[in-house]
Amino acid sequence: MGAQIVTITSGKGGVGKTTAVANLGIALAANGKKVVCVDGDIGLRNLDVVMGLENRIVYDIVDVIEGRCRLRQAMIRDRRLPGLFLIPAAQTRDKTAVSPSDMLRLGAELRSECDWILIDSPAGIERGFKNAITPADRVIVLTNPEVSAVRDADRVIGILEAEEKGSPSLIINRIDYDMVKNHDMLSAEDVLDLLAIDLIGIVPEDQTVLIAANRGTPIALDDKSRAGQAFRNIARRLTGEDVPFMDLDSQDGLWQRLSRLTGRK
Amino acid sequence: MKELPPLVQIKGLRDGLLVSLGDADWEKLQAMLIAQIDERQAFFQGARLALDVGSQILHVTEMVNLRDVLSERNVSLWAVVSDSPTTVKTAQLLGLATRVSKPRPEESLRPAADAVEDETALWLRRTLRSGTRIEFPGHVVVVGDVNPGAEIIAEGSVLVWGRLRGVVHAGAGGNREATVCALELSPTQLRIAGEIALPSEKKGERPEKVYLGNGRLVVEPWQPVNLKSNR
Ligand SMILES: Nc1ncnc2c1ncn2[C@@H]1O[C@H](COP(=O)(O)OP(=O)(O)OP(=O)(O)O)[C@@H](O)[C@H]1O
Ligand SMILES: [Mg+2]
Repeated sequence: MGAQIVTITSGKGGVGKTTAVANLGIALAANGKKVVCVDGDIGLRNLDVVMGLENRIVYDIVDVIEGRCRLRQAMIRDRRLPGLFLIPAAQTRDKTAVSPSDMLRLGAELRSECDWILIDSPAGIERGFKNAITPADRVIVLTNPEVSAVRDADRVIGILEAEEKGSPSLIINRIDYDMVKNHDMLSAEDVLDLLAIDLIGIVPEDQTVLIAANRGTPIALDDKSRAGQAFRNIARRLTGEDVPFMDLDSQDGLWQRLSRLTGRK
Repeated sequence: MKELPPLVQIKGLRDGLLVSLGDADWEKLQAMLIAQIDERQAFFQGARLALDVGSQILHVTEMVNLRDVLSERNVSLWAVVSDSPTTVKTAQLLGLATRVSKPRPEESLRPAADAVEDETALWLRRTLRSGTRIEFPGHVVVVGDVNPGAEIIAEGSVLVWGRLRGVVHAGAGGNREATVCALELSPTQLRIAGEIALPSEKKGERPEKVYLGNGRLVVEPWQPVNLKSNR
């Protein structure tokens, strides 16, 4: 299988795209894959912080595109995982510094460097979004189980369908099972029922996510973290493995109902 | 030498300005339009703008960009009229209107449009997702869901073979005979002609039909057409 480019996007901001890219990158690299995470959020970069690589930045994506450095010079290698790299966004430029065709060229060049390319998209449907989805083989829409986030995800899915990007996959992030049980939060089923696209993962609300991000050691490496486990499972599903959805305590038979909704077995 | 029609034509509409763009490269047209606006700031300040782009094919990014550039100049883009189905679909996805009150010049040559043929319908075989706005001067049939945040404005009736959860306005031109039917009727808001129905709490579990009876919106099970009443 050739290299795959996966873009993670959302309609609403702050739902966990950057968290997902960092953790999926780690999980894939921990399985021996060579992975490059690309921060597509020009002007608001933060994937470097979440990955704990902020202080190692010399060149960024705009330097590569404008030819001030070679691709490999902008690929920062992770300290723990030898197969994991980051191409940071430029902090001081805006998104007009990069065009969709620049991203196509960059993507093509990266394919020969690694197995997986994960692109962190900015929120919204403007230029930065277009840049991030243009080179993608596969798009993942991430949402929280919250009415306004789901509404915006729905909108982005409509646009992806119209742009002929194929039907995206869905990650539902920050499910809090106690709140769902008390009917204070939409359930995964509610979200899936409305969005009606392929579900690739459900990530629970987990305090350790924030703590880990501040320390620059994402939870995908933490065996005890439930969110970390969820990201590791998504990474395996990306590689084509059929991983059952986590046993979400309270929710009897959730998986059967989800299977019905997604048409999977 | 014959003079070419100007690439940017501006007309007043009942509810704002209509700008018709000629046939040229999109980048160039957009630049010309912006130049016009910058030159006549006082005139355009706060304007509601409808844009007729002819057969120009516009995708989401281009239209979003245009809307942003206009709004920076305090001009709000509310409608995009086009002959290109792609452009119309883009405008629908962004929730922009796709028709304007005054008929376009070439349309006025066609037979009077008020006699909407009863057998004409817009057939949409997809789910209408949030942010989508569909306007049609006849009936609308959706084979798919109408999600919350999507909107249908039809001069005729609306039939949804799926779940209706968005906003629907049937008989938008005042036609009180219009009806709304859906397999699952739980709209955010439903209107027929001038009457508005508030959403009921219960989730529609069987096919239902809404019509205007004695000036009120009436909901009843949607069943095979009774040939005698033939409503
Ligand atoms: N599963 C989770 N449990 C708890 N907190 C989470 C979870 N996922 C993300 N967060 C927190 O949510 C916040 C936003 O996450 P993140 O920066 O990844 O979102 P984003 O979608 O990339 O935002 P933006 O649109 O601004 O780029 C962070 O503080 C992060 O730690
Ligand atoms: Mg982010």
